[in-house]
Amino acid sequence: MTNDLLSLLTGEVLEEEVEMTLAELCRACQVSAEKMFELVDEGVVEPMGRDPEIWLFHGANVRRVRCALRLQNDLGVNIAGAALALELLEELEVMRERLKRIDD
Amino acid sequence: MEYKDYYAIMGVKRDATQDEIKRAYRKQARKYHPDVSKEKDAEKHFKEVGEAYEVLKDPEKRVAYDQLGANWKAGQDFQPPPDWEQGFVFHGGDFTSADAKQFSDFFETLYGRGGFTQGYSGQTFKGFQARGEDTHAKVMIDLEDAYLGATRTLTLKHTELGADGRPQLTERTLNVRIPKGVRQGQHVRLAKQGGAGIGKGAPGDLYLEIMFRPHKLYHVEGRDVYLDLPVAPWEAALGATVKIPTPEGTVDLKIPSGSSSGRKLRLKGRGIPGKRPGNYYVVIQIALPPADSETAKAAYRELKKTLPFDPRARLGV
Repeated sequence: MTNDLLSLLTGEVLEEEVEMTLAELCRACQVSAEKMFELVDEGVVEPMGRDPEIWLFHGANVRRVRCALRLQNDLGVNIAGAALALELLEELEVMRERLKRIDD
Repeated sequence: MEYKDYYAIMGVKRDATQDEIKRAYRKQARKYHPDVSKEKDAEKHFKEVGEAYEVLKDPEKRVAYDQLGANWKAGQDFQPPPDWEQGFVFHGGDFTSADAKQFSDFFETLYGRGGFTQGYSGQTFKGFQARGEDTHAKVMIDLEDAYLGATRTLTLKHTELGADGRPQLTERTLNVRIPKGVRQGQHVRLAKQGGAGIGKGAPGDLYLEIMFRPHKLYHVEGRDVYLDLPVAPWEAALGATVKIPTPEGTVDLKIPSGSSSGRKLRLKGRGIPGKRPGNYYVVIQIALPPADSETAKAAYRELKKTLPFDPRARLGV
């Protein structure tokens, strides 16, 4: 890796403009399509569109998938449990924000 | 090198059963998992616990560790006994390569990198390839940067495998464009800017989490921006046009007559910009002029006399 001071890197905001196909999401998350089907089945990620060939995923799913897989590996929960944890964590995040504002 | 007390880290006795160790690990992992925990130093704890579990869950490694004796104290300066490793064979077993690079020197000295010894040559990864790890970093920006976009120079530390096959800490500096319209808690993904791959493996990605520095004037909710605006009682009662700050500059705001404290005035689309821009909300806060002089007190008395007003009318007392 070199120190690259000259070039300016532009990334993409995952939660904003990014839409990914099944293949792109699999690549970004380093998981197989079979695993992704399992994640879709359990509701960790929600595709837009009916058939897998035309599925599109919002970029925010990259983080959901990675988080679910980490929880599965590190805590031994199954995918359904990870999906539940993700939802609770999101709720918790909203409440923490609200609490912070009240405390300020 | 410091001695590590894996039993203390795991919170179990030295004679704990493998089942007890597993339960203790799960408990600690849930508590300190970086995705779940808001504990301070969660990530550091989590790695420590992971390392301790790597040793204690594996009967071979555990026996070898116990062989060092129970008299060591955590943090004590440690040198392995000279005949260390003789007579032990560590198998890969159910070793997961997940975070092996992050294990301590203490662990490495005892078990080799990756938790198993393959000869003593350090040539462990010859011919092996893997994708580099994803790296995560937080970037602090000001709210104004979200309105205008910004560039940031970041210095990131990576663990990479050097030419000798051992991990080394390297630093690299990046210039990154923070896109306009970015919001608190969002992630900017920079493909292939993470840790270097091993062998022919591709580099990982770099994820930047956007954090807003607390602002002295505004607070932000999603894409909406709020300002608490102090107004004089007569401005609220009679209406007024006042100058207010926004992240994009000063604007004139018309306060409708009869505004009460807490009333929200919306400037549509003046929140954080984007395809769906947020709104800018001004929350009226009626500020009381202090009665700190004779003139001021007289004015209040005059008001009391001329204005029949019962603020507690609704309380029924």
